[in-house]
Amino acid sequence: MTTAHPAKAGGQDPARRGPPPPPPKRGFDWRAAALPTAIGLASFISVFGGLALYVTSAEQWPRIKLQFFNLDAMIAAFPRVLQGFWVNIQVWLTVLVCILVWALVLAIVRSLRAPWFAPFRLMVVIYIDIFRGVPVLLLVLLFGFGIPALNLPGLPNSGLFWGSVAMVLSYAAYVAEIYRSGIDAVHEGQRAAAKSLGLSEWQTLRYAILPQALRNVVPALMNIVVALQKDVALLSVIGVRDAVREAQIYTASTFNYSSLIVAAGLFLLATIPMARLADYLTRRDRMRRLQIAA
Amino acid sequence: MTPMIEIDEVTKYFGTKLVLDRVSLTVNRHEVVCLIGASGSGKSTLLRCVNRLVAHDYGTIRLDGVPVDDPRFGKTGLQKRAGIVFQSYNLFPHMTVLENITLAPRRVHGVSRAEATARAQEVLARFGMDGFAQAYPEQLSGGQQQRVAIARALMTKPDVLLLDEITAALDPELVGEVLAIIRGLKDAGMTMMIVTHEMGFARDCADRVAFLSDGMILEEGPPDRIFGAPEQPRTRAFLDRIIASGRL
Ligand SMILES: Nc1ncnc2c1ncn2[C@@H]1O[C@H](COP(=O)(O)OP(=O)(O)OP(=O)(O)O)[C@@H](O)[C@H]1O
Ligand SMILES: [Mg+2]
Repeated sequence: MTTAHPAKAGGQDPARRGPPPPPPKRGFDWRAAALPTAIGLASFISVFGGLALYVTSAEQWPRIKLQFFNLDAMIAAFPRVLQGFWVNIQVWLTVLVCILVWALVLAIVRSLRAPWFAPFRLMVVIYIDIFRGVPVLLLVLLFGFGIPALNLPGLPNSGLFWGSVAMVLSYAAYVAEIYRSGIDAVHEGQRAAAKSLGLSEWQTLRYAILPQALRNVVPALMNIVVALQKDVALLSVIGVRDAVREAQIYTASTFNYSSLIVAAGLFLLATIPMARLADYLTRRDRMRRLQIAA
Repeated sequence: MTPMIEIDEVTKYFGTKLVLDRVSLTVNRHEVVCLIGASGSGKSTLLRCVNRLVAHDYGTIRLDGVPVDDPRFGKTGLQKRAGIVFQSYNLFPHMTVLENITLAPRRVHGVSRAEATARAQEVLARFGMDGFAQAYPEQLSGGQQQRVAIARALMTKPDVLLLDEITAALDPELVGEVLAIIRGLKDAGMTMMIVTHEMGFARDCADRVAFLSDGMILEEGPPDRIFGAPEQPRTRAFLDRIIASGRL
């Protein structure tokens, strides 16, 4: 609805009458979306339906179906797989906290500029290069089998412990780099302001730089959190009885693979909400930046 | 007339690039000196050498008779006595106005929260910013942010204030409110070193004007002489360019 505004000579008369109301917010327009939705659905169904038809037409399909999608087997395996999954969750949260703290220490050491810290900075760089360069799986195997075998006095001897340590060391190298990118993204003027107020280098980091840096990297960290949740399953290779391990044990005793599907379902159940949350945080962060830039 | 800031034969390199070339300049107590000059001539660097944001390579800079690199200042004494305000405000975006301006007194100078807050309220009120203590910087206009930045620099009752193009990032209609504050500080006797492109302001607020070119002070004197009858051809050329762009 547009009505002409008769403008007076020399400009508008603000007292003439109120401006028109803001246009109604447009909701989701089903009519405009109908066709694309239909096309999308049709292609989705034809692609995956076709695939499903193709797979189920295989001669061996009835046997595979029994072995992988056997409801009875799933129900039978569920309690043990769930129990294993509970181990995943516990390890995941513990390891996550350790990673976030240890990586922060690494990132702080790396970003301190005082000449006194130069050797420590170098050590952190070497650490990051090494632990980012070796596959996590390899580290888990080395730590999980190697260190307990040493039988070091005074140190825990469980594969679970040392496997988790390997995860922490490896992931912290990545997370430290994420922190550092956040620290580097804080404007140089913030350091100048802090220094000019007499803040020490540590106080500058603590009060001025880190709060901004951490806020910057939340979206990137969320992706790490999701990836870590799945990678905890790597510990199953050293015998930790997590969801995957429990599923394998069931498989080995019954020659039925449905337990693996149960484990996959549990992982999806945990990671999908987190992935959505990560997306949401990323979006919100972008909006915030746009607003500041405007 | 006692000297407050004495800059004596100061030289500064960034790598191999000579940025300040044997600069000498004295700012007396209660005096306002404006630094003018083309972009890249070293104005900001000279200002930052005074509070040691930048360490100069040769020469001496004294604040109230004490060299700025003298251990007598301790770790934070110099910063307490020389406040600086930047072109882009550089407020901490994650802190409220109150947190911004009480940060240094509380964390650096060991002032109690109550005392720092009281002083903050007083300074904010003086600049018409009372009522904004709990606001975040991004909720304020540029002029308001710059007033907060000035308040932050004044919290420790410094002897000198260093201002680096503090109106350059402001919308034209907001420049006046910030310059009025500077004028008020001058009338209250604050010693100031001001880098500015506001030639009109330099003309009627400065006691002396120094013209920097390629890291050297080419010419220095009362504003009427520098703006009215500059001796150096380069000063004249610089001022002609400023006049041509309509900023005088
Ligand atoms: N941290 C730094 N590292 C290297 N070079 C620098 C640094 N800071 C300044 N410079 C250089 O020193 C010279 C003088 O810079 P300065 O900022 O003091 O100039 P200015 O007179 O303030 O200029 P403007 O009017 O653009 O602010 C410039 O050539 C600049 O590129
Ligand atoms: Mg400058």
